[in-house]
Amino acid sequence: MPIHERSLIRPENLVTHENLVIDGVDVSGHWSTFITSRTVTDYNEAMEEEISALPGGEHINRCWQCGSCTNACTVNAINPEFNPRYWIYLIRLGMEEELLRDKEILWQCVSCNKCTYACPRDVVPEAVMKATAHWMELKGHTPKSPSTHFDESFTGSVIATGKIEEGQVMRSFFKKTGQPLNQPWLIALVRGLVLKFPITLLMRLGLSALIRPRTSGWGRTQAALNDYVSEVEARNSKALGLDGKGKH
Amino acid sequence: MPKDDLKRVAYYPGCALEGTGHSYNRSTKAVGKALGLELVELKNWNCCGAMEVKNVDPKIQTYLSARNLAIAEDMGFEKVMSPCNGCYHNLKKAEYDLSHDPASAEVNAQLSTKSGHATYQPGKVETIHALDWIKDAVGEEELAKRVKNSLKGIKVANYYGCMYTRPRHIFPEKDKGPGSESTLKPHFMDDLLAAAGAENVDFPLKTACCGGAHALSDSDTSTKLVLNILTTAEACGAEVIATECPTCHSGLEMHQVRAEKVLGRKTNVKILYFTQLLGMALGLSARKVGVHENFSDASSLLKEKGLG
Ligand code: SF4
Ligand code: SF4
Ligand code: SF4
Ligand code: SF4
Repeated sequence: MPIHERSLIRPENLVTHENLVIDGVDVSGHWSTFITSRTVTDYNEAMEEEISALPGGEHINRCWQCGSCTNACTVNAINPEFNPRYWIYLIRLGMEEELLRDKEILWQCVSCNKCTYACPRDVVPEAVMKATAHWMELKGHTPKSPSTHFDESFTGSVIATGKIEEGQVMRSFFKKTGQPLNQPWLIALVRGLVLKFPITLLMRLGLSALIRPRTSGWGRTQAALNDYVSEVEARNSKALGLDGKGKH
Repeated sequence: MPKDDLKRVAYYPGCALEGTGHSYNRSTKAVGKALGLELVELKNWNCCGAMEVKNVDPKIQTYLSARNLAIAEDMGFEKVMSPCNGCYHNLKKAEYDLSHDPASAEVNAQLSTKSGHATYQPGKVETIHALDWIKDAVGEEELAKRVKNSLKGIKVANYYGCMYTRPRHIFPEKDKGPGSESTLKPHFMDDLLAAAGAENVDFPLKTACCGGAHALSDSDTSTKLVLNILTTAEACGAEVIATECPTCHSGLEMHQVRAEKVLGRKTNVKILYFTQLLGMALGLSARKVGVHENFSDASSLLKEKGLG
């Protein structure tokens, strides 16, 4: 039985006895903090297998816990709770509940690949982060993150036309996430764009709401990609034992 | 040693260069022209998938990139040049995956056949960055000879971002000793700008991440990362951050504004594409290289330095 160190020393698992006498010795007070004894029984043994069945999760079993990824990580530098090494550890042990404590931040990986650069075992932790975030959403542990909404708006545009138009992707993203468009910094940006961009380009960007840029003869590719995306979705659901249950 | 076969290469501008990266497109073409290099745009290209499509499924991204490589091959080119780190990275990654991962090759073949075009086979077309292009086709020596307005006295921090060097395995030509690019401390942009007279500052965040992947979905993280890059550049004595990617460039510009509006942190460092700096050094006007289209207004600094 592995010892799961970190959860044991969380504040809620520490006990300080006001009055405690052991073998006739008074050990009351703050200096004697005890760890609540506990046995971990709620392993999710399927978790590693499920995550490694999703695109990007393939090489998670190679990890030898050296910590180079976390040490190199861009997001860890601004939020120490963001810890790819630790999450890989939890996934491999099946500590689902402990992993889910970080479900609100795991999707924040910025795909900088500093971890991939540093990893001596070719785990590709960046891809593992994406697979894990995806797993959480597919399992219904978290709603789709803003990042997933953005990926989907973007991919939708590429599949539909072969190209993206930034304004269109942004509009679709803001709509999906319900963010207001009148944030002061966005207004400052748009005002700046209007002042600086050549009028022809602005017209094109404006028009692209109506006439979107597209790759010609894309129709067959669009159909092929849509088929492929359905295949991938079915395969991912199956790997997670979600087939037949419908999409969340 | 300048290479002749790089004088005429296929050009993959990518979507960003048709939108917010407009001035990068303009200045890249202008610099190529001034140096006697020819760019032939890929016919009917498509988006490579940027940093987003791979999160839906990485093999779709491989296909999207491979389709562009197939076009380059069909047009008879052995090299395709991309000025966008995202496009450059994705085309390189497709090349790597197609030759190392049979499952990716299979999906590419299947999607290419269904779409009705030839399946790209790895090894046919080499993807290069705009930096490789100018460095290999012209070289520092020749570039220095052609400089009309030296960038002398301009202190520059060279910013390469993430995707120009990471992950290392998709760039087999890098880290090959003298003359090759380094993935740890890239220097091609430094070399070119130095040849044009610029004074490069020692900048430790050359390959730091600006959080571009979440520029909109997690703006607070991006703003923090960008602010760190801007203030570090300033602390290193830079007046200008030179960029070589439309996404990095607009990320810096956008979050420079956001840092000011949201965090009240004003930074003065200007952000210019390396092609804008090179173009002005080669005697092109600031207008010709689209300086007026940048968000970060560098015109007074450039005037002060006798450029533009
Ligand atoms: S790719 Fe994600 S996990 Fe890896 S270093 Fe960057 S932010 Fe951290
Ligand atoms: S760097 Fe690689 S091997 Fe080391 S902890 Fe991270 S994933 Fe595991
Ligand atoms: S990476 Fe960016 S610029 Fe390159 S094709 Fe894709 S969206 Fe367009
Ligand atoms: S620095 Fe920013 S925009 Fe550039 S490659 Fe990295 S995340 Fe993308």
